[in-house]
Amino acid sequence: MSPYLFYPLACLTIAGALGVVLNNNPVRSALSLVATLFLLAVYYIALQAHLVAALQIIVYAGAVMVLFLFVITLLNLSPDPADRTSPLFGAAALGSALLLAVVLGRALWATTLPGAANTPLPEGFGTTVVLARQLFSEYLVAFELTSILLLVAVVGAVVLAKRDPSPADMDAPAPGREA
Amino acid sequence: MEWLIAGVKCLLVILLVLQLSALMLWVERKGAALIQNRIGANRANLLGIFPVNLGFTNTLIADPVKMFTKEDYVPDGADKFIHSLAPFLALFPAIITFAAIPFGDTIELAGRSIELRAVGIDVGILYISATVAMGVYGVVLAGWASNNRWALLGSIRGTAQMISYELAMGLAVVSCVLLYGTLDLQDMVRQQGQMLFGWLPAWGVVYQQLAFILIFTAGMAESKRVPFDIPEAESELVAGYFTEYSGGKQASFMLADFAEVVMVAGLVTTLFFGGWQIPYLSSQGLALPGMAVITVSPLLVSLLQVAAFLVKVLFFCWLQVLVRWTVPRFRYDQLMNLGWKAMMPIALLNVFVTALAILLFGEVA
Repeated sequence: MSPYLFYPLACLTIAGALGVVLNNNPVRSALSLVATLFLLAVYYIALQAHLVAALQIIVYAGAVMVLFLFVITLLNLSPDPADRTSPLFGAAALGSALLLAVVLGRALWATTLPGAANTPLPEGFGTTVVLARQLFSEYLVAFELTSILLLVAVVGAVVLAKRDPSPADMDAPAPGREA
Repeated sequence: MEWLIAGVKCLLVILLVLQLSALMLWVERKGAALIQNRIGANRANLLGIFPVNLGFTNTLIADPVKMFTKEDYVPDGADKFIHSLAPFLALFPAIITFAAIPFGDTIELAGRSIELRAVGIDVGILYISATVAMGVYGVVLAGWASNNRWALLGSIRGTAQMISYELAMGLAVVSCVLLYGTLDLQDMVRQQGQMLFGWLPAWGVVYQQLAFILIFTAGMAESKRVPFDIPEAESELVAGYFTEYSGGKQASFMLADFAEVVMVAGLVTTLFFGGWQIPYLSSQGLALPGMAVITVSPLLVSLLQVAAFLVKVLFFCWLQVLVRWTVPRFRYDQLMNLGWKAMMPIALLNVFVTALAILLFGEVA
């Protein structure tokens, strides 16, 4: 991956990730998250993983985040007042973030990533055929278990949505966006 | 040189989509006039200079000038930044979608072989799904940021509709992927150059009539035009999600819709109608069944193929205009029932039958 591509991209991605945390407005936070996920797909393209990039955009930047935004716009959340959070909360957040950074850094330090060195890519790296062969041979069990998990989630969502609403819920006025 | 060629190809495709979208503005009006038995779109005359009224060029110039010189109004309670961002988010994915669609075979020019599509991406069909999925953001954000109830209602309807029809479209695409055994659109077009029984061009529509109807219908639903224009139903919602937009921003939403029309035409052409293929014509020459081969120069063949692609795309654009002025708008529940209870099960069945046929009779292509 060319450094001329990597560093500007890295700056943009970090800016997007910061935007998720620092924005008071939930819609803008969600939009920053969309931008971050979209930029991650650009890395995948630069790393020859076209299929993963397309799936990243379809699933995360597309489907998941659209539903996030859909819910947020319907809930009509007001911008978070900044003075509601206590300094204790901020300190705790900063502390856990630092702890996570240390743990991740230590883990990265201890392992050598096979792709980090400038080794030539194996034949057909990142193509759909190679990925599919791996998925349906070596990782078949994990793949099938994941699909069962997703099926359970879908059935669960339908069951929850199908539950008869109580009369009190029906009478409640629909939430509207106040001017 | 490589970069230059890539840049020229990208520019060509962007211009192609934009020009076709602008042309659609005029075709749409002329089509409406034709169906409603009037002349239509003939009043714009450039400074009264032209003795003959060239409604075609004049509408193309007059409309954008009118739109981009109008006042750009942002309502008071709106989120100003996102209100301005939304038209871009609507237009951008609609334009870049065409990048994966091949508009010609590889041509040999000055010792170089140039592939006639903007980006040689090997998961082309997924790329198109991805950009179509990104198109939803413009609708959601436009409706939300306008701080207007009609707009919010329109954007909620629009999001629900686009997500629902994406599902049917995705499943219909799966059966095409099964048929061709590849995600690469250029490969798919190449496979459609073969002959069935020695005389019938093996176009996708010969195998996958159902998938063609599903993708064409779902594509029209994605572009949010009548009969699927519930998000902007003017008798109920003023103008739906872009009620609070004016001038150039409103024009961007319109342009995005027309770009989606062009994209759907391009996708249907590529998947089902042989893309740039002309039956019996290949780089070897014209080979009608049972007749001697007539040699044609390869460069001429390539140019003819690009022209054939354009003609096919224009035909499907025109077909969408015809549908748009023929069929009345669906009610909201009819729209959802069609998407979830009719198109999705049919698409699933189609995937199953296609897979079974391939299992029994082997790969077709």
